[in-house]
Amino acid sequence: MTTKNASLRTPLAHARGLGSAKSGFAHWRGLRMTALALIPLTVWFVIAVIAHLGSPLPEIRAWLAHPVNAALFILFIAIGLHHGANGLTEVYEDYIHGHHAKLIADLATKGVALFLAAAMTVSVLKIAILG
Amino acid sequence: MSASEAVPQKRPRPLSPHLQIYRPQISSALSIFHRATGIALALGTLLLAWWVIAAAAGPEAFAAAQWFLGSWLGLLMLFGWTVALFYHLCAGIRHLAWDAGWGYDLPTMHKTGYAVLIATAVLTVLAWIIGLVVW
Repeated sequence: MTTKNASLRTPLAHARGLGSAKSGFAHWRGLRMTALALIPLTVWFVIAVIAHLGSPLPEIRAWLAHPVNAALFILFIAIGLHHGANGLTEVYEDYIHGHHAKLIADLATKGVALFLAAAMTVSVLKIAILG
Repeated sequence: MSASEAVPQKRPRPLSPHLQIYRPQISSALSIFHRATGIALALGTLLLAWWVIAAAAGPEAFAAAQWFLGSWLGLLMLFGWTVALFYHLCAGIRHLAWDAGWGYDLPTMHKTGYAVLIATAVLTVLAWIIGLVVW
């Protein structure tokens, strides 16, 4: 370790802080972990949607009221929105160059994602608990 | 020797070629598709949110959402959403394989690239045939 520009920070600390989102590895890893979880959840979701095409509302509610379906649906929307919002952040980092514009776009996206996650979870719980 | 040769010329420095200069290749095209379908899916989530919230809100709200999804615009959006979903799923698995260190050599990269396109087409057609039969 005889680098001229030697830093007091360890290489690991340096790597953790890198990246234009200033969160480095955690952001990269988060996208991959959520992607992995979304593979089986997407397959489940597509099969579930096809099975209920054209079903009347009471039938769809009864299906969503089953605890396993409600749990998988909440996981699908929560992980999906997390993955989508972080994916959009990556796009903003590449194409929006102004710091403030990037920050506003990022915060707006995360705000919308959080609202949708909350609203959809409440909807699923309402159906699951109240029928 | 003239003076102009001795003095470094102020000529425009070469810029790196951008998208419109490169010949389209499967590697770059699929990368762009992956990002485009990701953005489309993020926007399409609004449609799913509407549908779920409407299902919880009541029969009138749900009927409105179902009416829109059954309209030609709704069906077109659903078809686009299906293509985007299957493409992003298949290409995403390819990306995860790369992250695990597999499939970087060019022949494999080309094969998996075409496999992603074929799988997207097959899954989309299959989902819609089964869907329309069930509907």
